[in-house]
Amino acid sequence: MLEDKDRIFQNLYNDFGADLTSAKQRGDWKDTKEICGKGREWIINEIKASELRGRGGAGFPTGLKWSFAPKEVGSRPHYLVINADESEPGTCKDRDILRFEPHKLIEGCLIASYAVNAHKCYIYIRGEYFNEGQKLQTAIDEAYKDGLLGKNSAGTDWELDIYIHYGAGAYICGEETALLESIEGKKGQPRLKPPFPALIGLYGCPTIINNVETISVVPTILRRGGKWFSSLGRPKNTGSKIYCISGNVNNPCNVEEEMGIPLKELIEKHAGGVIGGWDNLKAVIPGGSSMPLLPKETCETIKMDFDACVENKTGLGTAGIVVINKDQDIIKCMARIARFYKHESCGQCTPCREGSGWMWRMLERMAKGEATRDEVDMLLDVTKQIEGHTICAFGEGSSWPVQGLIRNFKDEIIERNKFDPIVKKQKDIPYLVDQHLLEKENA
Amino acid sequence: MAVKKISKAQPEKFEFSKKNKETADSIIKNYPSGKQQSAVMALLYLAQKQNDNWIPLSAMKYIAKYLDMPYIKVYEVATFYSMYNLTPVGKYFFQVCTTTPCMLRGAYNLVDVCKRKISEEENRLSEDGKTSWLEVECLGACVNAPMLQLNENYYEDLDPKKLEQIIDKISNDEVPQPGSYRGRLSSEPENTRKTLIGNKNA
Repeated sequence: MLEDKDRIFQNLYNDFGADLTSAKQRGDWKDTKEICGKGREWIINEIKASELRGRGGAGFPTGLKWSFAPKEVGSRPHYLVINADESEPGTCKDRDILRFEPHKLIEGCLIASYAVNAHKCYIYIRGEYFNEGQKLQTAIDEAYKDGLLGKNSAGTDWELDIYIHYGAGAYICGEETALLESIEGKKGQPRLKPPFPALIGLYGCPTIINNVETISVVPTILRRGGKWFSSLGRPKNTGSKIYCISGNVNNPCNVEEEMGIPLKELIEKHAGGVIGGWDNLKAVIPGGSSMPLLPKETCETIKMDFDACVENKTGLGTAGIVVINKDQDIIKCMARIARFYKHESCGQCTPCREGSGWMWRMLERMAKGEATRDEVDMLLDVTKQIEGHTICAFGEGSSWPVQGLIRNFKDEIIERNKFDPIVKKQKDIPYLVDQHLLEKENA
Repeated sequence: MAVKKISKAQPEKFEFSKKNKETADSIIKNYPSGKQQSAVMALLYLAQKQNDNWIPLSAMKYIAKYLDMPYIKVYEVATFYSMYNLTPVGKYFFQVCTTTPCMLRGAYNLVDVCKRKISEEENRLSEDGKTSWLEVECLGACVNAPMLQLNENYYEDLDPKKLEQIIDKISNDEVPQPGSYRGRLSSEPENTRKTLIGNKNA
């Protein structure tokens, strides 16, 4: 278990208050000037040495991302955009950073802006987080007043302005290019890549986009050294991470832990165990709703980091752990997730727009036991036709949970949906187009 | 995709109040010159707040002129994002999260309470005309499930009884205390906290 002194977010539970004075007491803004004084190269190399991977879901190495920004500012200004559009079901870590540790984020923005040559930073907060946004705005105002932002921010000789942009309830705006479209005042529909935002992003200018948690850990990494961060966890999966444990556990909570902590330890120790005991566990969604679920056997042993999750045919995603116990109907749970994706599809690509609705309707029928046996294979086929055929990763996000369900609980679905349209006794299936062929008079 | 219906009854004119004009102008300044279109989302939200929680078509036309952009682009944005109400909603607007993490902890029991105490159907005003409710997708407070949003505030760790009390208070025009209804301040594990213990006692 991670020692308390190694936890980055000391105020995760708001023991101290989020204002500037107490943030400074916790060590924020301590030697920002010296850190920036060491130069861009040093900052980027230190982040590369720390092996920090993006905390927003995809796990892209942060140092590498920053190095994609053009070294010299040309005719177009550079932008830094922070993704605080946290909408993945099961995830609520950024919310606590915004309301309890806003100064870690703001300081991170300054360092990151300096490293990628940006003078303007936009923080995109989901519209529902209105109060959290107000708290962040208060912190930004405090920082301006104290000379930590604006011209000569924190004595670094670097000019930085931070603006908050509120979303308005669209999950898809968490996708980085949809987020840029949304800031530009358009519908949030993702752009084709390439060109990547690092070269052509916001208003056609070079833009670096990072998640709130990624940026918030940067100041601490630079203060304590990339080596310290990479000593936690294991190679390529380093550092600490905020895990959100929700669903059927006794004490749902957010907790910062070392990368690679066993899932069982997270659930048993921090979240007070599964409701009804460990044996009552049915499945766990390990990384927000778009990651395939894990059956109980895997949950016994799996370690929570990027690579271990991929080895087990799932993903760490945002580390939003949703625990489902045996009192729940697993097919219904997945049908509800499918409904979420049907509702949130932006409608740009046909496979996702139509397919997400198909998956939802089929799963709803399966939950009620009204589907036919071969529809299970048809459903799997539908997911395969969505996956990889869309502009953004939403296609994968909506089909992976369904694939996970079929992979692990196919028997249960078939058990409930024994319908076989070929058997003449059960011919009254309203949606079967070839019904007349089964009827004797027409044969 | 969500289906959005436009209200049939539409007011003829809309104009920002003086205070909102100032706010709008300061928001436009956040973006580079010539990119004032970026402010459309914030301005729509302002219009919604000014006009009893919903956006009439005249407000979209007004904003289009205000930002010097085509009306259809404003209409596109207003119909794309789910937080813009294009039909009147209650002065007190309950949005109950029912996505899986909340569902696992009994969000549909909250929906039943809303059906019983507010109105049988979603998006229909209650008898006293003050409240309405809607089922929404994940609001990002999964650890504090089940929860709902009432106007701008989150009400967390609810159960049907507590929601009934909230609705009763609302019908007397009292706004109940937002936050957790099991007495926790944040997303900490109740009673069994194992981390940052030193800070707790600090």
